[in-house]
Amino acid sequence: MTKKTYEEINEKIRSGAAVVVTAEEVISLVKERGIEETAAYVDVVTTGTFGPMCSSGAFFNFGHPKPRMRMSKVYLNGVEAYAGIAAVDAYLGATQLPETDPANKSFPGHFNYGGGHVLEDLVAGKEVFLDAYSYGTDCYPRKSYQKAIKLEDIPYAVLYNPRNAYQNYNVGVNLSDRTLYTYMGILKPNLGNANYSTAGQLSPLFNDPYYRTIGMGTKIFLGGGVGYVSWFGTQHAPEAPRGENGVPLSPAGTLAVIGDLKQMSPKWLRGISFLGYGVSLMVGLGIPIPILDEEILKYTAVSDEEIFAPIVDYSQSYPQGLGEVLGRVSYAQLKSGQITLGGKVIPTASLSSYAGARQIATILKEWIQKGEFFLTKPAFTLPRSNEGVDYKRSVGEEIL
Amino acid sequence: MREKMVLYFPASVVEQPLTYSLIKEYNLMVNILKANINPKMEGRIVAEISGKKEDFEAGLDFLRSRGVKTFPLEQEIVWVEERCTHCGACSVICPAGALVMERPEMVVRFKGEKCIICEHCITACPSRAMEVRY
Ligand code: SF4
Ligand code: SF4
Repeated sequence: MTKKTYEEINEKIRSGAAVVVTAEEVISLVKERGIEETAAYVDVVTTGTFGPMCSSGAFFNFGHPKPRMRMSKVYLNGVEAYAGIAAVDAYLGATQLPETDPANKSFPGHFNYGGGHVLEDLVAGKEVFLDAYSYGTDCYPRKSYQKAIKLEDIPYAVLYNPRNAYQNYNVGVNLSDRTLYTYMGILKPNLGNANYSTAGQLSPLFNDPYYRTIGMGTKIFLGGGVGYVSWFGTQHAPEAPRGENGVPLSPAGTLAVIGDLKQMSPKWLRGISFLGYGVSLMVGLGIPIPILDEEILKYTAVSDEEIFAPIVDYSQSYPQGLGEVLGRVSYAQLKSGQITLGGKVIPTASLSSYAGARQIATILKEWIQKGEFFLTKPAFTLPRSNEGVDYKRSVGEEIL
Repeated sequence: MREKMVLYFPASVVEQPLTYSLIKEYNLMVNILKANINPKMEGRIVAEISGKKEDFEAGLDFLRSRGVKTFPLEQEIVWVEERCTHCGACSVICPAGALVMERPEMVVRFKGEKCIICEHCITACPSRAMEVRY
């Protein structure tokens, strides 16, 4: 029986002796050597995902101009950041649009620029125009402030994403006879295509389905830099139905994550535009899973054939919140490029990048192998049941 | 030879049967992939033109002598690889099989020779990796 502690694994990382493999590599390793031997041999399995994560954004503190100012309206490149917090603090959300964007007035709207793009521009080192207004107070007399700024000029910039890394997600299809423009991409009429959005066997929460190692304080790859899991995410729903292997059959766990924006890169924080829907942010996120025992190893060896996603109609069931599932397909089928539903062959496409997920798992593996990245033991792991978690969730509420 | 060309027609010649001349007088096969006329009455045709090399060149010279601007098609739709995340969203949108997901690598390739510049991918690509260049 293999038993390892975080301390033992970190000691091996320090001495360069740790065996680190990706969540893809571990699958064939287990096939060759079996659970027992692999659990003893492997110390860390790295995961990754790189997909649209709407519930993302960043907190800023801009520093005070002279005279001082209580910024009550803040715009970055014309995109409003929420300033209802302290004087020069603001939160810029990934899906925020500039007030000048015509949105869906001319349908389908193009949504070429928004919060996600501002974040990408900042981490790319580009100049961004800060435009702030205030009503003026005795302590903060200044009423208006405009300046071109770069990320390096901003005293404090932290990415804080309230919901990332969804453990499983819907496969979107369209049963109607008109094209749909959704956050699941363009869905062509009459089951013209099926869009999905997770990295399957590489995705973090599929590899630790009962959150035995992931929780508050878990150190992760975030946007190209180092971040941490800060809490469970909004809509975290651990009681979703699960298969025999423990893997949820519908959207389940989520993560809230945090990290220093200044470490991040535009390769792994990418502003994106969904035709007819809006803007968002592609976030690169990777989590190392310590192999503390055989059970944890067994979970990391899950493969695309064993992970199933629900097929949901986005013309009726989803928008109306009916919670109907048309069927389930494995990620192996989804990744093959086509699925069959009711005798009809439907081409599939992903919104999340599998190649990106693989790259992230590999980068994280290299960081650990080089002794640059150590594992942290979470202060508490993500809740495994709704018990003691004060939130309500209704069927069909799985909003990206 | 066979080549996809973009032809820009000034308003003055839009109504002349120039493509007919290409077929009739220059023995060229003209397969029109896309045609439109803008509000200024200038026309733009994307066509695959095939025939003997000398006929092809003479035909294009003839068009140019009438004020038509001609460009090879490759210049039109550009895949900006460094912006591409290889998500694959475009692969079910492209009607010509020009944007394909290569399996099992799961990386997307742009096959320019298949592109019919329908421009669907321009707004369908979430990271705006596809661009029209004139
Ligand atoms: S949709 Fe855009 S980013 Fe995604 S694979 Fe196609 S070209 Fe690349
Ligand atoms: S322009 Fe049309 S044919 Fe060409 S790559 Fe884009 S979608 Fe495909």
